[in-house]
Amino acid sequence: MPRLVHLEVSRRDLLKSSAATIAATGVAGVGAAQPAEDKMKSSNTVSFTVNGKAEKLELDNRTTLLDALREHLHMTGTKKGCDHGQCGACTVLVAGQRINSCLSLAVMHEGDEITTIEGLGQPGALHPMQTAFVKHDGFQCGYCTPGQICSSVAVLEEIKANIPSHVTKDMQAKVTATPEEIRERMSGNICRCGAYSNIIEAITDVAGSRA
Amino acid sequence: MKAFTYERATSVQQAVSMAASNPDARFIAGGTNLLDLMKLQIETPLHLIDINHVGLDKIEATDDGGLRIGAMVRNTALAADEHVRRDYSVLSRALVAGASGQLRNKATTAGNLLQRTRCPYFYDTNQPCNKRQPGSGCSAFGGFSRQHAVVGTSEACIATHPSDMAIAMRALDAKVETVKGDGTRRTIPIADFHRLPGDTPHIETNLERGEFITAVTLPAPIGGKQIYRKVRDRASYAFALVSIAAVVQPDGTGRFAIGGVAHKPWRMGEADAQLKAGAREAARAALADARPTEQNRYKLDLVERTLGAALAEAKG
Repeated sequence: MPRLVHLEVSRRDLLKSSAATIAATGVAGVGAAQPAEDKMKSSNTVSFTVNGKAEKLELDNRTTLLDALREHLHMTGTKKGCDHGQCGACTVLVAGQRINSCLSLAVMHEGDEITTIEGLGQPGALHPMQTAFVKHDGFQCGYCTPGQICSSVAVLEEIKANIPSHVTKDMQAKVTATPEEIRERMSGNICRCGAYSNIIEAITDVAGSRA
Repeated sequence: MKAFTYERATSVQQAVSMAASNPDARFIAGGTNLLDLMKLQIETPLHLIDINHVGLDKIEATDDGGLRIGAMVRNTALAADEHVRRDYSVLSRALVAGASGQLRNKATTAGNLLQRTRCPYFYDTNQPCNKRQPGSGCSAFGGFSRQHAVVGTSEACIATHPSDMAIAMRALDAKVETVKGDGTRRTIPIADFHRLPGDTPHIETNLERGEFITAVTLPAPIGGKQIYRKVRDRASYAFALVSIAAVVQPDGTGRFAIGGVAHKPWRMGEADAQLKAGAREAARAALADARPTEQNRYKLDLVERTLGAALAEAKG
């Protein structure tokens, strides 16, 4: 087991050492003017913040936000599952809202504030949702877990903001974080190991402690 | 994905002139359907115009007591809007019955209307599809057609329109406001917005090239019990086999639109008129011209029963 951990660290170090990220030079405002000469190019420059850190990247227009995070910024916490918005493994928060980063072009995120699983918590300083997933054993293989956790953090915010769901009984009443509500709202995150019952327990735990 | 050039519009005027000057351009808003199809090279635009910064993200009252929904209002925001929840709850219900939380945060009002009418064979680039490649044939005929359309179909295509939102908008008599490259504006009733497949199933709406949706308007509230019922293969995050958007008044009259059965949101005036007589009569009137396959014949019964359940819910 220690050897496995060591190998994992080495692989990440290798990835980091191959990083060729362009140094951050500040983030332009949303809707900032795009240089005219860029308009007919198949690549563009985009600036956004990831977990509070300003990043500036020159990217092929085809690069998804997911690939920008993983392949260009070498933040591999966010996972690629189906790459078609069906599994939720790539879920990240943009301006606090959860989206499928695989179905979004990186160049369309000029000025955005992006939060990934790495930004929610780190070893030794876990986000309450991460702690709850550990406590309730909310995973088996762990591949879907970063997406599940990013999604569940946003789900509780959506409930707090009184956004209705398919199982909300009364559209006029305040939405509450029942297991039924959480289950419905998490349907965009697939877990092939089937850790669903423990995932619901973990999220319900955090929802309860916040209430 | 095929390579493309990209530019960002910061106003509607700018977006429509960009489109007018580039015949290969497509607008991109949430991108949840377009990017998915670009990855499969089913959509291969050479140029994308990003319209996420043009505004149009407000929901406002209209002069006649209705609501004007900006084209860029996200599905989540629309479903959660207090006026929509109170006066047009069938629309909120339909929105939250569709897609996933992640997708609803990105998907826009206009984009939802403009998502492709599609079926699994449209996605399978190894199979003929008249939508993907006009004239190549339809693989759904003689294939697995359990999910497909039963009414308004043609020999060329039996795909269904997957939107839940649009079914509720059809029941509410929404209108689509647009602007063209030359500045001309027009208003299209939602009944005339989507097309039946005919022999051109690749043309899904009556929008002209470069025409830009600015808003969707709803007429003044019509009250009644507003119900959206969706039947699908799993409890969440799946397309409808059949869905019903119904508005039922205390005297039993009302109106309903059906999803999952046609190339466009399906509603018939004759069927609305039969609503008071009951689900059987109304469903039969709505599907009088149905031509189901052996595999999707069950949808005729399912429409009747889903409508029956909606009417029972309205009484209860």
